[in-house]
Amino acid sequence: MTAISLISIALTLLLAFLLARPAGLYIAYAFHNEGTRLDRWFGPLEKLIFSIGGIRRNNQNWKQYAASVVLSNTVMIILVYLILRFQGVLPLNPSGVASMEPTTAFHTAISFMTNTDQQHYSGEIGLSYFSQMIAIVFMMFTAPASLLAVAIAFIRGLAGKPLGNFFVDMIRGITRILLPVALVMAVIFIALGVPQTLEPTAVVNTLEGAKQEIARGPVGSFLSIKEFGNNGGGFFGMNSAHPFENPGGFSNFLQILLMLLLPAALPFTYGKMVGNKKQGRVLFVSMAMLLIVLLGISLASENAGNPAINALGIQHQQGSMEGKEVRFGAAQSSFYSVVTTATETGAVNTMHDSLTPIGGLVALGNMMLNTVFGGVGAGFINVLMYAMVAVFLSGLMVGRTPEFLGKKIEGKEMKLIAITLIISPLLVLVPTALALYTNADTISNPGFHGLTQVLYEYTSAAANNGSGFEGLGDATPFWNITTGIVMFLGRYFSVITMLAIAGSLAAKKPVPETSGTFRTDNVVFAGVFLVTVLIVGALTFFPAVALGPIAEHLTLKP
Amino acid sequence: MSTRKRSLNKEIVNHAVKEAFIKLDPRIMIRNPIMFVVEVGFVITLFLIFVPNAFGTAVSAGFNIAVALILLFTVLFANFAEALAEGRGKAQADSLKQTKKEISANKVSGNTVKQVPSTDLRKGDIVIVSQGEMIPGDGEVIEGLASVDESAITGESAPVIKEAGGDFSSVTGGTRVISDQIKVRISSDPGESFLDRMISLVEGASRQKTPNEIALNTVLVSLTIIFLIVVITLPFFADYLNIQLAVPVLVALLVCLIPTTIGGLLSAIGIAGMDRVTQFNVLAMSGKAVEASGDINTIILDKTGTITYGNRMASELVPVGTHELKEVSEWVAVSSIHDETPEGRSVLELLKKQGFEFDASVADGAEFIEFKAETRMSGMDLKDGRKVRKGAVDAVKQWVESQGGIIPDNLNQNRDAIASAGGTPLAVAVDKTIYGLIYLKDTVKPGMRERFDQMRKMGIKTIMCTGDNPLTAATIAREAGVDDYIAESKPEDKIAVIRREQAEGKLVAMTGDGTNDAPALAQADVGIAMNSGTVAAKEAANMVDLDSDPSKIIEVVAIGKQLLMTRGALTTFSIANDIAKYFAIIPAMFMLAIPGMEALNIMKLHSPMSAILSALIFNAIIIPLLIPLAMKGVAYKPMSSSQLLSRNLLIYGLGGVVVPFIGIKVIDLIVQLWV
Repeated sequence: MTAISLISIALTLLLAFLLARPAGLYIAYAFHNEGTRLDRWFGPLEKLIFSIGGIRRNNQNWKQYAASVVLSNTVMIILVYLILRFQGVLPLNPSGVASMEPTTAFHTAISFMTNTDQQHYSGEIGLSYFSQMIAIVFMMFTAPASLLAVAIAFIRGLAGKPLGNFFVDMIRGITRILLPVALVMAVIFIALGVPQTLEPTAVVNTLEGAKQEIARGPVGSFLSIKEFGNNGGGFFGMNSAHPFENPGGFSNFLQILLMLLLPAALPFTYGKMVGNKKQGRVLFVSMAMLLIVLLGISLASENAGNPAINALGIQHQQGSMEGKEVRFGAAQSSFYSVVTTATETGAVNTMHDSLTPIGGLVALGNMMLNTVFGGVGAGFINVLMYAMVAVFLSGLMVGRTPEFLGKKIEGKEMKLIAITLIISPLLVLVPTALALYTNADTISNPGFHGLTQVLYEYTSAAANNGSGFEGLGDATPFWNITTGIVMFLGRYFSVITMLAIAGSLAAKKPVPETSGTFRTDNVVFAGVFLVTVLIVGALTFFPAVALGPIAEHLTLKP
Repeated sequence: MSTRKRSLNKEIVNHAVKEAFIKLDPRIMIRNPIMFVVEVGFVITLFLIFVPNAFGTAVSAGFNIAVALILLFTVLFANFAEALAEGRGKAQADSLKQTKKEISANKVSGNTVKQVPSTDLRKGDIVIVSQGEMIPGDGEVIEGLASVDESAITGESAPVIKEAGGDFSSVTGGTRVISDQIKVRISSDPGESFLDRMISLVEGASRQKTPNEIALNTVLVSLTIIFLIVVITLPFFADYLNIQLAVPVLVALLVCLIPTTIGGLLSAIGIAGMDRVTQFNVLAMSGKAVEASGDINTIILDKTGTITYGNRMASELVPVGTHELKEVSEWVAVSSIHDETPEGRSVLELLKKQGFEFDASVADGAEFIEFKAETRMSGMDLKDGRKVRKGAVDAVKQWVESQGGIIPDNLNQNRDAIASAGGTPLAVAVDKTIYGLIYLKDTVKPGMRERFDQMRKMGIKTIMCTGDNPLTAATIAREAGVDDYIAESKPEDKIAVIRREQAEGKLVAMTGDGTNDAPALAQADVGIAMNSGTVAAKEAANMVDLDSDPSKIIEVVAIGKQLLMTRGALTTFSIANDIAKYFAIIPAMFMLAIPGMEALNIMKLHSPMSAILSALIFNAIIIPLLIPLAMKGVAYKPMSSSQLLSRNLLIYGLGGVVVPFIGIKVIDLIVQLWV
């Protein structure tokens, strides 16, 4: 791994972190309910949408808000399911792609609506242009906008304000944040060589005289929102390892930047909205530190390569290159794998299946913790939930009923948090055990690695990440249905419980701050928060990863 | 007091051991879900001793028996901790029950007096209690005055005066009249008296889980469920890798991971917290009140009796005219030699403290003139005919002028200086001459300032209520170091202040004793009534201080905080322990099948079996080892919450990570001798 590649990683991170604050403040501004200058720009378009949709723009209570999220998303899932099932007869299908099989359509519709973008099909042969543009890209906007709205409502609740209106928030998320950035970035990606066409798959004769089919399509517009919205589903089966979906170093850099932009910005949005900028900064720094440490581990491991292969005398100065694109090299591939799992995007520019066991563990760990920035909205809500657990424990340790932002965390909140904490191991470990027991034959690489494949699949689904460890024969009804259910519950269960907490906290009278109040905006709290995340995560998943990547690592002998 | 301050004696321990077995009854165990899981684990391993192959892979019988035994002891230890905490309360209750013997009462019905057993008395009945008799039930004196020995309740042996009307009219059943006779209107039905409530409280019979305990329990149960999921899915993972996991091993892993340490000690901590309050001679009506006191933001204190001694004490002598301090001190002494009022005694104390000497023989054979409201003076008529007077400045001035004396020029000036500083001036004169002034001051109790400083550090605001004028109030407030004060306060003002603070989201505590305090006591989040106070005040409060010492509210706050801190510290400790246990058990489970796992055996434990048993034994014995801490509570010193957090994190968080590594290793060194 060269110094240049490390410097370029450092610069990318630096730039992403520098952009986080202004972006965060802009988001806070965009969701400001009391009329801002942005209304002049976006107002007319939004008013038009509101009047078409018949949106009343009233404040909703938490139940209405949660119901709006779940119902509207479910309606979209049904719509997209229908499109996928009938894409063969729908227009814009120049390559003649067939309609999708029912369980794959079920899986795909849920996958994109939940911002997971796990794909049990290959984009270039599985979806028509109509499906890509109308179904998939549509969801790539509404899915992150939905969760961004939930996060904003949650923050409003913490700030003691009304939660707002889901439809207004979701539309604003699209018009004011996702759409403008996606538009600009699409143009840039197209300029960098990403195709944007409705022409069918090109068929060319190669020099040897063989016939080659080159898949193409409206990729540029797809790519920008795929990264910016932390969606991650690829236009092509190869995702961002495909040259049309990631032509080179610069596009790779832009993709990493886009993935980090919203997740890293939200702590600042939060600090601004609750009026405690320092606390937002503390959470941001905690997460950034986690990211940097995990990235360091992954880079070191990928750089060291596979001892068994190294022992064969194969040149490994480049690091472990198995399954990686030569265009990016080990460093940028490892960097991409860490960022895509940390931000729950799920786009890949390398085969995660081929990462070294420890590199794979870092990717897996990012998704298990789901707090290393995390995906748009969802990740940050999770972060705040862990912050509340940390507050609860610390509050006890200083002899006070725990308070967070002046609101007491009591039995009701802890009950909601407790069931949310249980859902994650339930959605990961139980289906993994089930799949290992019943569907072991779909695993391509039996042993510890195979166990990791299955564990990764469900972790990715539960955390709404979507990246695949691959190597799994997962296009079967069993996988489609189980991961579909896991993705759905993984998303909406915590949306409901967290909004319930927001509603409960919003109704509480704030407790004034005194010197006896336990501070949640200093280094000590950052430490407690990080330790809580790591211990809860480690304790829950240690036995599973011990039998997966850790066992694989320990048995890799030269 | 000494009769009730009981530590762990043999009897209580023996009883707790017996109780520990009785509590194994699953119907009782299910109330503590965490320990219930351990008990189920015990039953499963017990079953496997007899049917080793019931669930597939069998382990050696010895190992199975060892696991079952350790699990049994884990549950027993937890039960023992709870029984021990309850036992201490029971011992207190027993001594109270002795007080509650059947008493015969002289019930007044119409014009006749009838002897009835006290259990027949109902609310509203009127009884007569004479010298030497027990008061048959809680009530209010409606006629007469008597001194009452309340030592059975308060432990205080000095009798207290109870009289009809006013704030000293309430009497408690089971206390004894030692002089005179009173007529009492009974205020409670049998079984609902103060004593009954007290007994059931210290017995823990009416103990309800507090909100915080419920919240913590939720977290602990959810952790238990998470680990259940982890352990139940694990054999499927292992099976895929062709590794067979025996059930006793899985049970051992589960028990080690679930938070048994805190789960086993949680109720003991709660009971012990209540007990600590009781040992302070404060009776908390609920655990909730004790916890709430840890959250108090504002304390409202009466000035008199709480912050100051309440009586004015001489603090300085001020000569007037051309007189010397020495002269003033001599006449002041003479005037006070026979003055038994607190003010008079304080004058002599002041002289002694400042080293003034005086000739006591001057007063030989003199006649003492008592203070009267009309004259507003006291004094001595000496044998030689000279008259010494001490009293309100105006009164003394008039007295001197009436004899044709001259008033020194600087008298008024000095008087005003004292008054404006919040003090009370007394003038001393002999016949026609005014010698000087005594500066009487309401004295702040020693140590109050430090206590208020501590409270400020804890983030608690203190507000002083006093009937004094604003000037005096300000002086005392400054001296005592309270944050705020209300001068010339009326009982309604207290409620207003409480409401104002509560409207800002603060929790307010106050102390009170009078009937007119009752509404404020009820309004406050923590209201502490003095036992000497009226029934109304005690009914309205959620704590009663049996010693009637209002400043004890400060200790109660500390106990409330300590209670939460103990829970937090042991929870953190318990969870942090899991790291070491994982490093003991996970490699042990898989080492045979995956030799590479040896790398995770960082403690270098002897063998898989010894590793699992060591972790399990550590998990069990840590419970009794921590019982003293659970009972006593973690050390609490007032400091800012960030300091407190860092300190406790270091001790219980880092300690919780490190201690089990050492403990398990040590146990392994012993266990490996057998396995």
